[in-house]
Amino acid sequence: MLEIKNLHVKVGTHQILKGVDLKVNAGEVHSIMGPNASGKSTLAQVLAGRATYEVTAGEVLYDGKNLLEMAPEERAREGIFMAFQYPVEIPGVSSAYFLKAALNAIRKHRGLEELDAMDFLTLAKEKIKVLEMDEKLLHRSVNEGFSGGEKKRNEIFQMAVLEPRLAIMDETDSGLDIDALRIVANGVNGLRSPQRAIIVITHYQRLLNYIITDYVHVLVDGRIVKSGGKELALALEAQGYAWVEAEARTATPAKT
Amino acid sequence: MTTAPQTIATLANREYPYGFVTEIETDAAPRGLSEDIIRLISAKKSEPAWMLAWRLKAYRHWEKMAQAEGEPTWANIRYGPIDYQDIVYYSAPKPTQALTSLEEVDPELLKTFEKLGIPLEEQKRFSGIAVDAVFDSVSVATTFKEKLADLGIIFCAFSEAVQQHPALVQKYMGSVVPYTDNFFATLNAAVFTDGSFCYIPKGVRCPMELSTYFRINAADTGQFERTLIIAEPGSYVSYLEGCTAPKRDQHQLHAAVVELIALDDATIKYATIQNWYPGDKEGKGGIYNFVTKRGKALGRNSKISWTQVETGAAITWKYPGVILQGDHSIGEFYSVALTNNYQQADTGTKMIHLGKHTKSTIVAKGISAGHGQNTYRGLVKIGKGATGARNYTQCDSLLLGDQCGAHTFPYIEVKTASAQMEHEASTSKIGEDQLFYCTQRGLAKEDAVDLIVNGFCKRVFRELPMEFAVEAQKLLSVSLEGSVG
Repeated sequence: MLEIKNLHVKVGTHQILKGVDLKVNAGEVHSIMGPNASGKSTLAQVLAGRATYEVTAGEVLYDGKNLLEMAPEERAREGIFMAFQYPVEIPGVSSAYFLKAALNAIRKHRGLEELDAMDFLTLAKEKIKVLEMDEKLLHRSVNEGFSGGEKKRNEIFQMAVLEPRLAIMDETDSGLDIDALRIVANGVNGLRSPQRAIIVITHYQRLLNYIITDYVHVLVDGRIVKSGGKELALALEAQGYAWVEAEARTATPAKT
Repeated sequence: MTTAPQTIATLANREYPYGFVTEIETDAAPRGLSEDIIRLISAKKSEPAWMLAWRLKAYRHWEKMAQAEGEPTWANIRYGPIDYQDIVYYSAPKPTQALTSLEEVDPELLKTFEKLGIPLEEQKRFSGIAVDAVFDSVSVATTFKEKLADLGIIFCAFSEAVQQHPALVQKYMGSVVPYTDNFFATLNAAVFTDGSFCYIPKGVRCPMELSTYFRINAADTGQFERTLIIAEPGSYVSYLEGCTAPKRDQHQLHAAVVELIALDDATIKYATIQNWYPGDKEGKGGIYNFVTKRGKALGRNSKISWTQVETGAAITWKYPGVILQGDHSIGEFYSVALTNNYQQADTGTKMIHLGKHTKSTIVAKGISAGHGQNTYRGLVKIGKGATGARNYTQCDSLLLGDQCGAHTFPYIEVKTASAQMEHEASTSKIGEDQLFYCTQRGLAKEDAVDLIVNGFCKRVFRELPMEFAVEAQKLLSVSLEGSVG
């Protein structure tokens, strides 16, 4: 579904991604871990289409199409969803109204009928129940006055309603307590499907105790330097990133 | 809300949709301002002698003002000199005699109002709204007059009220905005043409929305409307004012005066959706909207509420205010003012607390885009005897882009120890973060801006009658097209 080839990304004068290669198929859950400033969030944002990042080399194919040429809303309508690390507030705009507008934009693109307010609310309430979240959230302004944990759970809720084909979770677990973590993980696990791919970006291994992950990749200094199965995550938890970084340094020098 | 894909470039080039001109024969006064012109206007309207006398008194006062200090220059707006001799002060579609039925109205006029979406035929939809249609200097039709008259409600053109209800007009005209009030109010007192007159008798709740729609058509004219609304004790009326003008290269002056009087336990709700031609993208043309609007909450427990959505006009300069004279009276001001391209606005309100236990609420939202300059200017004055007065003011500015400006000048004068004042203000930008959040969820950028701006204005739109809330949202959306790109 997703093919990232030799991706180089710059922000201002700073080269952040220095040749990322990754292949993600439908039905798979990939975790991307790495030390701070390795470029994890950058990767997520570039896939979502944030304009502040400049792609200097490489390509990204989504269903064989050139993803980098697509506007963010186009990517969203084609089924890409990013759970933000720092979800922003939109005062005065109710969560229900916002999400209904988004869902209908995506449905329209897929040739489906748009949902009216009644049908949408029914759908939303169903999903919110599964996530053990409060229905009242629907009538609050988007993320306004939400605690950090509530914001993250709101991202998962939106993901559940929008049913993306490729979900990218940008450090969704940061700032969550164990209960919130469990709820988020359940939400993600509940979205696993043979048609869907999920990329989980995280700094800590602990989320991976709850989410079933197929592949683990380690991003160091703008490149994926090691890939493996779940055991890799456990090794990182036990030993930290230093050994991976050391391995990376002694291996073939980075392609420029 | 549309989700149809359209490029920003296409949207940015959309024209003001009401910019057309109606080709119609007109009866116009010669250009210029003099006592003769005033007499001419008064004669055209078949006014009684006392009305002409009032006009002339105002005109002489204006001449003195013009010679002495001239126009006031303290506002935060910039405009070229206005040549008061280069304006046509009266222009009306022929024929000019009073019409008794819609069949007698020139079909071109009917077509015009249909094009503008204004329902002049009573059977059509919006049957819950009575309309007084004013075209340049005259009212051309007033719907539901008879039905309202059955309840004792008078809803007619101001010029008709001068002839048919002289006692009421003489009693209240100038009682809230005296002819000496300010330069433009004085000018209006001399040359006012037409507007609406509403009188709601004791204990009557007006069963439908009353509205006036102002349409400027002729070139080189000024529009000087005058509206007077009187609510007797225990009565209620909700009134809406709308306006548009054709697209022209020259600026045109609109200097109106609106006076509201609410007696004991009466409520007047007055809403305006102002959509005068705003000038083109380079700031050429557009209406100068210099207006004096004031309500006197005269009676005990009386309430006057102003709601305005100002999206048009090259320059907007107005402070709808309330004099809270009656004990326990309430004044409210809800405003959304938008300045895009090269529009300027210096607007706000004046709440004057005189009675005891009076309350005022001000919610002012300014949206600046393009090179627009938006100023909020508000006065809350609590008099010495106004014990227990309360005011809540919230003024928020939203900046779209980095070439526009938002300014705030709050004036607070309190002369009594028992007053309670609350003031909140905020300035924000539509951040790239918010836009990206919306687009990442599948919303088009224009829809995202709409959404965010509507959220920002929600508190004010809530005060509008339902159909107009929808119109206001659409208007804001159209006015902002292409402003974020």
